[in-house]
Amino acid sequence: MLEIAGLNAGYGRIPILNGVSFSVAEGEVVGILGHNGMGKTTLLKALIGELRATGGSIRLEGRDITPLSMARRARAGLGYVPQGRQILPQLTVQENLRMGEIMRGGVSAIPEMLETFPVLKPLLARPGQALSGGQQQILALARCLVGQPKVLLLDEPTEGIQPSIVDEIAIALKHLQSALGLTIILVEQDLHFIAALASRVLIIQRGRIIATIAPTALADPAIVAEYLGI
Amino acid sequence: MEQTVIILYQVLYSFSFLVLICLGLAVIFGMMQVINLAQGEFIMLGAYVCNVAVKDGVSLWLSFLIAAVAVGLFGILVERVLIRFLYGRIIDTLLATWGLSIFLVGGTTIVMGPTTNSIPAPFGTMYIGAYGIPAYSLVLIALAFVLLIGTYALMRYTRAGLIARGTMQNPVMAAAFGIPPQTVYMLTFGFGSALTGLAGAIIAPLSGVSPTMGIFFIAKAFVTVIAGGPMVLLGTISASALFGSISGVVDYLTSSVLGEICVLLVAIVLLRLLPSGITGKFRRGI
Ligand SMILES: Nc1ncnc2c1ncn2[C@@H]1O[C@H](COP(=O)(O)OP(=O)(O)OP(=O)(O)O)[C@@H](O)[C@H]1O
Ligand SMILES: [Mg+2]
Repeated sequence: MLEIAGLNAGYGRIPILNGVSFSVAEGEVVGILGHNGMGKTTLLKALIGELRATGGSIRLEGRDITPLSMARRARAGLGYVPQGRQILPQLTVQENLRMGEIMRGGVSAIPEMLETFPVLKPLLARPGQALSGGQQQILALARCLVGQPKVLLLDEPTEGIQPSIVDEIAIALKHLQSALGLTIILVEQDLHFIAALASRVLIIQRGRIIATIAPTALADPAIVAEYLGI
Repeated sequence: MEQTVIILYQVLYSFSFLVLICLGLAVIFGMMQVINLAQGEFIMLGAYVCNVAVKDGVSLWLSFLIAAVAVGLFGILVERVLIRFLYGRIIDTLLATWGLSIFLVGGTTIVMGPTTNSIPAPFGTMYIGAYGIPAYSLVLIALAFVLLIGTYALMRYTRAGLIARGTMQNPVMAAAFGIPPQTVYMLTFGFGSALTGLAGAIIAPLSGVSPTMGIFFIAKAFVTVIAGGPMVLLGTISASALFGSISGVVDYLTSSVLGEICVLLVAIVLLRLLPSGITGKFRRGI
């Protein structure tokens, strides 16, 4: 589905990613784990095209999307839920959702999405900025999903969110993933969350993928200490 | 009774005039955050296009349309060769658009001459008692309302309006939804320019047409949009209503110079009391 080969990217002249290579099969959930500042967000930004690759290539369904702009990559089927959620503050919840599918033809997926995330229903007329962090995260996810992406890029969906909502998001993602066969790249620091969803976990360190581990291994303190210990 | 009608007319007229000269700026400065110092010259260009078209025998109404399209296209050109390199760079934008403004005034003076032209206002004079008003000013009032409501409806209820508002709030996220932000910026600037050019054409029969006419409007327009605050359209409406009422009443009672001074004083006091403008505390709206 998605093949990343020797990807380099950075900010201005500062290189951050250093030859990142991996691929994701259709319907697979790949977790990406790493300390703060190791380049997880940078990797997702390079995939969606917010940052231009300075080397390497990204292929989506066999097609080289590296030269495409962010908007074109999104239309080619990449969905992005950024760290910090980026809800449009002055648009209502309804309008935020409409933005998510505004460039996609066909029938609106919003009614269906509201069945999946009923918490959003009473909030539809509220401005985005009036939502709590957890509500914003759910909205960000729903807004991305109504665009019906082929591959979902999720950046720390549990960051700063209370445990009950984290569970709710995990259950919804699990359900959607099996129902729709979603392909997901999940950046996370919450080990339980990532273990519950991912079929494979890549460890990123200083802009490189240094290991691939099974999600079950995250229960093993020795392995966690080896890759994530300080 | 008669006096009430005249004052009401004055207020409506001042309000409509302000709305016309502010609407394009509300889009370009309010929504897009581009400080276009050549905004007044866009008004002037609209007036000249209208003037030339009318002289060539085109009907006034069609000339309005031509002015809107011409200045809209000119705006797109300016966005492509100038503004698009300057988003987020306030000082550079000020300098570049100031230069553009001087260039446009100079260029127009050379091509069209320094004198004031006039477009005959249709419909003659109407009387409220003994008080004569140009009947065309009622058309101006009506057009201001149509444009105001039209722009509001476009921004609030249409897909294009949603795309524009969303993109101005967060261009990177817009791109993540598949929207090309540069195109949206270009078209929004073009739309704001078209509104400005159309305003110039509409006011031309009453204000006259000269290369330096923009100077009379630019400051007033900026003050109004700034006083309106972050909800650009609602803000422009409320600030225009406030300032329009003041200048309407004061103009009638005394002279128009005093009206301008009063508006300026009220604007200063208002921005002291509400630093982020009239709509600064509104929770939602556009
Ligand atoms: N806009 C920027 N300009 C320059 N350097 C940046 C920028 N954003 C991030 N960096 C640097 O790039 C490196 C990787 O940052 P990145 O945001 O990808 O980390 P991360 O793994 O997502 O961390 P976190 O877990 O805190 O979100 C860090 O060293 C950071 O300081
Ligand atoms: Mg990050």
